[in-house]
Amino acid sequence: MQIELQNINKHFGAVHANKDISLTFPEGRIVGILGENGAGKSTLMKILSGYQPASSGNILIDGQKVDYTGPLAAIANGIGMLQQDPLDVGAFTVLENFVFGREPASLIDRWFHNKSSAREQLHSITANFGFKLDPEMLISELSIAQRQQLEIVRLLAQNVQTLILDEPTTGISADQKELLFSILREMANDGMTILLVSHKLEDVIALCDQVAVLRTGAIVGEREMPATKAELVTLMFGEDLPTPQRQHKNLDRQAIVLELDNLSASSGRLQMHDIHLSVRAGEVIGLAGLDGSGQDLLMRTIAGLHPVEQGRRVFNNTDVTNKTYHYLYDRGVVYCAAGRIEEGLIAGLTLTEHVALTQGTGMRIDWQRARTSTTDKIENYDVRGQHNDTIEQLSGGNQQRVLMSLIEQHPKLMLLEQPTRGLDVDSASGIWEKLLERCANGSVLIFSSPELDEILTYSDRILVCYAGETYLVDDPSTITSTQLGHMIGGEFQR
Amino acid sequence: MTIRDFSIRLGLTLIPIILSILATAGLILLLGGDPISVYSTLYESAFQDQTTVARVLNVWIPLTLVSIGLVVTFTAGLWNIGVEGQMVMGAVFASWGALFLDLPPILLIPINLVLATIGGLLWGVLVGILKTRLGVHEIFGGVALNAIANNIAIFLIAGPWEPPEGGSAQSTAPFPENALLPTFSVDFPVPTVLLVITIVGLVIVGFLLYFTRWGLELKAVGKNARSALLLGVRTERVSLMALALGGAFAGLAGAHRVLHFYASLRPLVSGGIGFLGLLLVLLVGFRIIWMPFVGFVLAGLLAGSTRLQALQRIRPELVGDSSLVGVLQGLLVLMILYFNGIRERWFARDKARKANIHE
Repeated sequence: MQIELQNINKHFGAVHANKDISLTFPEGRIVGILGENGAGKSTLMKILSGYQPASSGNILIDGQKVDYTGPLAAIANGIGMLQQDPLDVGAFTVLENFVFGREPASLIDRWFHNKSSAREQLHSITANFGFKLDPEMLISELSIAQRQQLEIVRLLAQNVQTLILDEPTTGISADQKELLFSILREMANDGMTILLVSHKLEDVIALCDQVAVLRTGAIVGEREMPATKAELVTLMFGEDLPTPQRQHKNLDRQAIVLELDNLSASSGRLQMHDIHLSVRAGEVIGLAGLDGSGQDLLMRTIAGLHPVEQGRRVFNNTDVTNKTYHYLYDRGVVYCAAGRIEEGLIAGLTLTEHVALTQGTGMRIDWQRARTSTTDKIENYDVRGQHNDTIEQLSGGNQQRVLMSLIEQHPKLMLLEQPTRGLDVDSASGIWEKLLERCANGSVLIFSSPELDEILTYSDRILVCYAGETYLVDDPSTITSTQLGHMIGGEFQR
Repeated sequence: MTIRDFSIRLGLTLIPIILSILATAGLILLLGGDPISVYSTLYESAFQDQTTVARVLNVWIPLTLVSIGLVVTFTAGLWNIGVEGQMVMGAVFASWGALFLDLPPILLIPINLVLATIGGLLWGVLVGILKTRLGVHEIFGGVALNAIANNIAIFLIAGPWEPPEGGSAQSTAPFPENALLPTFSVDFPVPTVLLVITIVGLVIVGFLLYFTRWGLELKAVGKNARSALLLGVRTERVSLMALALGGAFAGLAGAHRVLHFYASLRPLVSGGIGFLGLLLVLLVGFRIIWMPFVGFVLAGLLAGSTRLQALQRIRPELVGDSSLVGVLQGLLVLMILYFNGIRERWFARDKARKANIHE
């Protein structure tokens, strides 16, 4: 089927998120939707998949105007979307999630949903694609890649003809990405239309037949592929971006800030044993790994948020194995979680209140100072928001920038989960500039990221995590992104 | 806040009260009663003279005291159901002083009030320790501690503190005169010192909540304890302090019940005022500024309901049904909650509209 968007507009309050967008997606093509963060890609795709209504404009399927009331209606029209965070229910099994949202075939199915026929259907689709999905597994035990696979299978079982994928390669390994891409190509060959929303240019180059580029809510370019990375960057930003250069640091003479000595910790089924790591002032350690491979556990354990089971944690030459997060916080340890609005920021408090909370001591709050400081942060971190906006009114990218701006100026140790989560290349490099500035002044940075390029670009050393096991890469310049992709899939020598 | 905003807010506060009064009047008519005489009885029972105003104030004082504490705990995101038990423990501690300390009032009154504060505070901190150290949710801990506090009171009344002439387990012996809180006058029997403490407490806690780091930390913990912890707030300490303060105010409310209202310790001494306080704080949406006023309406209704029951006994045809005050209270709660929702939506939309104009 062919989809046509005519003059789509979307307003959120004062923000004009989509400006008069007209696009055509022909049958059997893989179309890349490119644009920096906040360019309006996700909004446009949410309109097309029924998650949000457009303020004005039409959607035509094979020339027929359609009007939907929600995602289920969009699926009934053959359009399904794979969200960045899969929309599944953790406490249920693969099979149960597979049958969610489906119109029961008969009254009997409605009352006693027919498990055996659903199981057969699930099996036939997964076997077709070479997915390994156990119908009885709980969603919470699956990897991100498997959850994506389940979503694809679920949408296909509902006869979706157009599949929208929002940043599907974030958090999956090189092998898993290969599998996903080959299946997407297969589906396009069978006549399906695939829309890929991504800011990873190499993915777009590897997969897409054509691209459409958005900037500040409007279409600024469309072209057939192939194209080079430089050409796409020019389309996205209007100029060439310099690729960040890694400068080699000699840290041998710096003081050791953090030392992990035979450290063991565990959380659920994830166990980490005998970790040795010693980090010098100014060093950047990147933690690479698939979601839940131990990066988060390690950082939380270092931060004093998770108990040390064995071994020692030494910070600034003091044994802090049994100290709390607050003890470490007072001595310059900063920890930021990936789920910024659940863990890090406080919905309901304004920007200024966040700043006031993290600055100063004593009962009195110096509001004048807090406001001035907020102004600085808004300018320096390019936050699109006002002093008195509550944090949940800001977009995800802006929330991330606020979270990063709250990090004090001279921390001893920064532990950051996905510091540039949801940010486009441009703002991500802005954040990195601020972080590296702190490292140049002697702060240690330990961070995780699902983006392998980010880890390779900024780390002095890389700690690869796989199912709780770790492997240290002493010189990142000796490995490529593809090699690292294989390593996070568990292909490294202990 | 502009004048327009203020009048909208005021309107949205008054309309539900007027509507529920009208709706109850309709009900009275339907039952064949006379709404005018019902309402005039209610009004008179609250505002007829000094004595009736004093009666309302004697409900208002403990109600407001517990509510001050509850605003603090709610701001910290804690459902302090244990407030009833904290009142009872305040009452028990004050009763001990009243029964066993033979001192001149100038010493005994402050000592007893401090004892009541400590009793409530300890019971509040206990809820906090159960929560922070042992992971018992404050609702379950609170309910359990309420039952324990009431049983301690009953045990004391029926056992060690039983009046010498053989009581009926209904109360302790009446407290001696020097232990009772001094009042304004015989015609206006309101305990001066607690009225002052209530008003000062309102002002101080309001100031703490809105203008200090402690208030901001409470708010942060209440909205997202995990994030607050990561941003460096001592969340456990903040929760404990909130519960301690909440308990202290509840303890003072308990003191009012025993050192003035009953002049003795009785079973179920709190009279449900703790729970009414929870309702009050929810009704005003945790905004301490509205609390004394809405609290006064609730106190007036509570004081008036006794009068109304008396009227029904004499002239049943006028009232229709004696549960009317309950109906009126229920309607009031529903209406206020409903209009709270309307107000929130109105101001959210208003904000969006203003943002559009600025574009």
